[in-house]
Amino acid sequence: MLTLEYHFNEPHTRTFYGYEPGDAFYEALIEAHRDLDEEQSALVNARLILLLANHIGDVGLLREAIRLAREDVVGG
Amino acid sequence: MLKTYQYPKFPFVRPAELDSPQTRHVPVIVVGAGPVGLSAAIDLAQRNIPVVLLDEDDTVSIGSRGVCYAKRALEILDRYGVGERVVQKGVSWNVGRTFFRDEEVFRFNLVPEPDLHRPGMVNLQQYYLEEYLIDRARELPNIDLRWKNAVIGVTPGEDAVTVRVETPAGAYALSCDWLIAADGARSPIRRMLGLDIEGKIFMDRFLIADVVMKADFPPERWFWFDPPFHPGQSVLLHRQADDVWRIDFQLGWDADPEEEKKPERVIPRIRAMLGDDREFELEWVSVYTFQCRRMKRFTHGRVLFVGDAAHQVSPFGARGANSGIQDVDNLGWKLELVMQGKAPSALLDSYSDERTYAADENIRNSTRSTDFITPKGNVSKTFRNAVLGLARHYPFARGLVNSGRLSVPSFYVDSPLNTPDTDAFAGRMVPGAPMDDAPVAAPAGGAPWLLPHFGQGFRLMIALDDAAALDAATAEGLAALGRGAVPVEPIVVAREGSAPGGIETLHDVKGRVRERYDLQPGTVYLIRPDQHVAARWRRFDPAAIEAALRRASGQRA
Ligand SMILES: Cc1cc2nc3c(=O)[nH]c(=O)nc-3n(C[C@H](O)[C@H](O)[C@H](O)COP(=O)(O)OP(=O)(O)OC[C@H]3O[C@@H](n4cnc5c(N)ncnc54)[C@H](O)[C@@H]3O)c2cc1C
Repeated sequence: MLTLEYHFNEPHTRTFYGYEPGDAFYEALIEAHRDLDEEQSALVNARLILLLANHIGDVGLLREAIRLAREDVVGG
Repeated sequence: MLKTYQYPKFPFVRPAELDSPQTRHVPVIVVGAGPVGLSAAIDLAQRNIPVVLLDEDDTVSIGSRGVCYAKRALEILDRYGVGERVVQKGVSWNVGRTFFRDEEVFRFNLVPEPDLHRPGMVNLQQYYLEEYLIDRARELPNIDLRWKNAVIGVTPGEDAVTVRVETPAGAYALSCDWLIAADGARSPIRRMLGLDIEGKIFMDRFLIADVVMKADFPPERWFWFDPPFHPGQSVLLHRQADDVWRIDFQLGWDADPEEEKKPERVIPRIRAMLGDDREFELEWVSVYTFQCRRMKRFTHGRVLFVGDAAHQVSPFGARGANSGIQDVDNLGWKLELVMQGKAPSALLDSYSDERTYAADENIRNSTRSTDFITPKGNVSKTFRNAVLGLARHYPFARGLVNSGRLSVPSFYVDSPLNTPDTDAFAGRMVPGAPMDDAPVAAPAGGAPWLLPHFGQGFRLMIALDDAAALDAATAEGLAALGRGAVPVEPIVVAREGSAPGGIETLHDVKGRVRERYDLQPGTVYLIRPDQHVAARWRRFDPAAIEAALRRASGQRA
């Protein structure tokens, strides 16, 4: 099952407000693109997806994520 | 001139110093009678410290600025005697709704828990907040509030600070032990002392329109990303007092502020949003830009910076005045102890440590919101729209939608004033935490809420089932704490009974205190005067309390 509930967390860091770990991730994600041109950004995104995909490993789950990612984008 | 509000004009009174050749010396001068300077003066005056409060103007904040006052600021304003007026006049709300294009994608509730006295937010025009604080300041005889008194020079010294003050009737000098700079974002005092404030400016402009209209929308915060009526930009709607509604339209960096302020440009934008049939009148229009920045330290010898003078944030999150009021809450008791000679002046360093930590948290959160709301560059915008698109279907993405993380208090978990836990506790009332409120019964009188029983000096909260069962040795130990150099007033929280020896007793009528503080019979909390937790234990140990008190009052060996 692909996890679709909010699941961001930062082990060993005590946070007091629920949005903090997700916001910290999002900031790091945007920051990863600082000073890159479009081609470099696309490459960083591709590499990031590959790294995370390998971490997940389960190809069934990855197919499910790919399906959801495409869904609204191609008028589905 | 507004339709719903008349700005008061406070009289200039010729200061006696103009006619005296000697420079008068006073304990404390506060510069700036905005919400933060007024709060500072009230806090100190309620501690019996006389204050001269100087402001270069003679009225309240003009136009539409601060709107949202958060639960924690309201709890502090309760202590300053104006919380109830703010809540009565303002519009209380807890729910925020976020729309992407024409669909709702996310809804948050600021206070999902029941049994808290104050709401998550109250919306009220800043001029009302200031007016109420001024009324309160005028009730306090030890506040000498001087309008049309502009500070034009400051000379810091080892033992005193001297300011030069200009008035319509001439200039004079005044010296003090402590100068509190609450003179706003442009802080002339910061400049005169040549101190830096660092951070970043955001390349965007927002149009503010206050409109008067009758509408029965629920009291909620509504935020739109890329709505059909203002494509490509964001819009925010808030209800304020007197049927005045505040609308913020994102304009982009290239907008011409003078053009955009013209009614013939503003009115069509509002019509597009509200529909052609809705009747409204324009109350106020302005265009703002914003920045996130802070001073490195908030204390510079005998000059102490608070509020916008020390730090500024973007308005998303309403962390400006709210955090300034928390600065003062943190500073007041420390300055009192230092002035009484009961704590070393190093205690004031902890004001800077704790409040720069809070400012960083505020800046971090408001910067993240700003980056989400006004993405710069294609990649940021693509990720933002991907989050909003996914949020329609999947809860995880709703948690990433950031239309402003609204002002909440900092947990000073790294503060040197904390004594780390040695016993096991559940929940979030850790050392450094701001106290959670809870309903109580006060058999001997007083408010039916926990927080109003805290906030003047240190308190020791001790939990029991039956307060009457407090043993004689502990009762004597508690009484001794009240007689120390830095007195600690005991307070018993119990299910029933009254503590012996006249010790104040509260009844935990709904069990919320027990739940929120993870209380067991015998549990003890040492609470700072600003309602933050200093230390806690599972049993009463006078030596441990004494050590924690020394630490919390800056006397660590
Ligand atoms: C568009 C907008 C929306 C905002 N929304 C919110 C919100 O929803 N919630 C929130 O909490 N905050 C909000 N803020 C921020 C809030 O307005 C400020 O944080 C707040 O006013 C800061 O208070 P202050 O007392 O530090 O400074 P100020 O309010 O700026 O007061 C400074 C005072 O110092 C006086 N002064 C200046 N120089 C001198 C001098 N040389 N001598 C004597 N007196 C002097 C001035 O006359 C003034 O009265 C918003 C701000 C803006 C612009």
